[in-house]
Amino acid sequence: MANKRIILKTALAGAALFPALISATRPASAGPRAGYFPNALLQTHDGRQVRFYDDVVKGDKIVVFNMMYTVCANICPPNTANLLRVQTLLGDRVGRDIFFYSLTLRPEMDSPDALRAYAKLYGVKPGWTFLTGAQGDMDAIRRKLGFFDRDPQVDSNLSQHTGMIRIGNEAYDRWSMMPALLTPRQLANSIVRL
Amino acid sequence: MTDLLSNDTPKLNRRRLLKLGITSGVATTAYGLFPHQASDAVADTALVTPYLQPFLDPLPIPLIKAPAILAPPPDKFPVVGEAGRDPHQRFEEFRPQVFYEINVRAARHRFHMQLPEEQIWGYDGLLPGPTFVGRVNTSALVRFRNQLPLDHVGFGSPEIATHLHSGHVGPASDGFASDYFSPRKAGPTLRYPGAFYDYHYPNFPHAGDMREITNTLWYHDHRDEFTAANVYKGLAGFYLLFDPLDTGNEATGLRLPSGVGRYDIPMLLQDKKFDAGGNLFFDQFDTEGFLGNHFLINGKVQPYFRVEGRKYRFRFLNGSMARYFEMYLTDERDLNQDFAFIASDGNLLGRPLTLKKILLGMGERADIIVDFSRYAPGTVLYLVNRIAQDDPRKPREDRLYPGIRMLRIEVGERTPDNSVIPALLRPQGPRANLVGARRRTWKFERNNGQWSINGKFFDPERVDAAVKQGVSEIWELEAGGGWAHPIHIHLEDFWVLSINGKPAPPEWAGRKDTISLLPGWRAEVLVRFRDFTGKYMMHCHQHAHEDHAMMIRFDVVP
Repeated sequence: MANKRIILKTALAGAALFPALISATRPASAGPRAGYFPNALLQTHDGRQVRFYDDVVKGDKIVVFNMMYTVCANICPPNTANLLRVQTLLGDRVGRDIFFYSLTLRPEMDSPDALRAYAKLYGVKPGWTFLTGAQGDMDAIRRKLGFFDRDPQVDSNLSQHTGMIRIGNEAYDRWSMMPALLTPRQLANSIVRL
Repeated sequence: MTDLLSNDTPKLNRRRLLKLGITSGVATTAYGLFPHQASDAVADTALVTPYLQPFLDPLPIPLIKAPAILAPPPDKFPVVGEAGRDPHQRFEEFRPQVFYEINVRAARHRFHMQLPEEQIWGYDGLLPGPTFVGRVNTSALVRFRNQLPLDHVGFGSPEIATHLHSGHVGPASDGFASDYFSPRKAGPTLRYPGAFYDYHYPNFPHAGDMREITNTLWYHDHRDEFTAANVYKGLAGFYLLFDPLDTGNEATGLRLPSGVGRYDIPMLLQDKKFDAGGNLFFDQFDTEGFLGNHFLINGKVQPYFRVEGRKYRFRFLNGSMARYFEMYLTDERDLNQDFAFIASDGNLLGRPLTLKKILLGMGERADIIVDFSRYAPGTVLYLVNRIAQDDPRKPREDRLYPGIRMLRIEVGERTPDNSVIPALLRPQGPRANLVGARRRTWKFERNNGQWSINGKFFDPERVDAAVKQGVSEIWELEAGGGWAHPIHIHLEDFWVLSINGKPAPPEWAGRKDTISLLPGWRAEVLVRFRDFTGKYMMHCHQHAHEDHAMMIRFDVVP
């Protein structure tokens, strides 16, 4: 696991230094969902740039996604608070072999700074990264993760945005989804058993 | 709304049929023209359906499961190598007399002779799994050994929890969704992993009442969060019980057409999606599930079946994820033929009904008898699905003419037939006294992309209803607008008291374990749980819904 972390860190550093170079080439060891997820360039709440597939999804690790936006007064605050309890339950595995990602639904408002302030407000710990990017990219990623409704009106209604979390391990191409408001114990149970 | 259940003449709809593009034998696309590409969850309509010539493969007849000697011998408590389950209830009282072992493993399977071989997961490597043939009041024990590949890549998760659907079993043998196991993992309600898990199936009717026997059951995977994928990968089979009325012998009892696999044919109805390259497709990213683009019986796309000119019993089971079926028997001119409907969800009715169609939501069963001696040798008939459905949310209200021919039946010479369609089947009832019965309301809804029951999501460690053992309750089941929800209650069958304020149609007048609600429908059912205590569940049998937490836990308490 330590090796994996170093590799990931190296990849992140590379992405930050040479984004153009990274985007031009696909890694030789593409996983089962390489052609499925967009490899869009995104910004993190701590000021880094990452590629969605290469740096966020890819590899033998458990990734947990949810959708949010910083001024959401509906389901985001309880969801974020609940996921924080899940993060606490999972302890130091978060950041080691389990990674949390929150993707903003309103990238035009949610700059990396806004996301950083949000993460700070909730006391989010390392291993949980907030992501923003171009609206089109964020939307495409959202849909690929299965956070959508068949009804376009419902889909575009922010008050009806998904309350689910997506749990996956790309190396095994294994994906599940659960409501974020289940008990932290239950969410942690499912995450470690994926 | 209830016209789904009426025998009115439906409207023609050729447009729908053309959209489906597979029924008449006209190719929408040449098979193999398009290279295999990574699957795309959202643009699923972009997936091109490979053309497959219908009626090339014979109807597969599932093998009958043979008993075995188990080592180590099973016990009330988990034995060495077994997953950490709770002890079996009433084990001493219903000590197993017959033992089976099923190896749950990956295998190769061809869904149609023009399709490439696929990896499936099967009970004993088979799709459908082998058919259990048991006797009422002969207690059985089945050891399910999990040999699925732990490092499997792709849809499906290699932990299993086997549910005997309509099984009247103790809680440790129910296949409760979080009681899943593999040699490496144990679900949150099990104590430790194991190589196998012993399920105790006592096979006695509710409260010992011979009117409450269920004859057609099925077993399938119920792994929390992954039921859709694991069942789609092949984990489904039949479990049949015989008794002094439904004897399995044409010379005794009701003298129903008998001989499992010969004149008594289990038929697992499913749809599956194949991409342009003919590869089996599964969408892991759609919380509403998806529909198949080909129709299968017993694991083959549109097979054929040669019958003798005599009576047959067909046992239909809707084993699909999101597809409703409405099954008809037709001739070559697409004219509907009569058949005798004898059992709903495996429960014989009081008397047979003469029908031309039967609606089946996911998990539902229908036993019918067809007398092929009425047709001249050489006659060709079809089992046809006429329900129009182009969206996993719900079926449409219109019907397909011609429908989707799922099985071609070739009638042969008349042969001796001692079986009958009896005027009376199984005595019904008694229904419990409703006066003062407690009512509970269950609302099945979608909000914020989530499937809920009464606004809550399934938690295997939270009891949503503590139901007093042996006490009748009326459960009101309400499907919110927009989605169809086939609701399944574990442990004991129920009586349908009303549908949308009206009495249940005759097809649903007997005991059932699954009720297929269409959007906006409301049903009242009478439940009573008599013989075991502990944790069970009620859930939507649309697998994508149940995987996304549309389930409750109820506990039967003394």
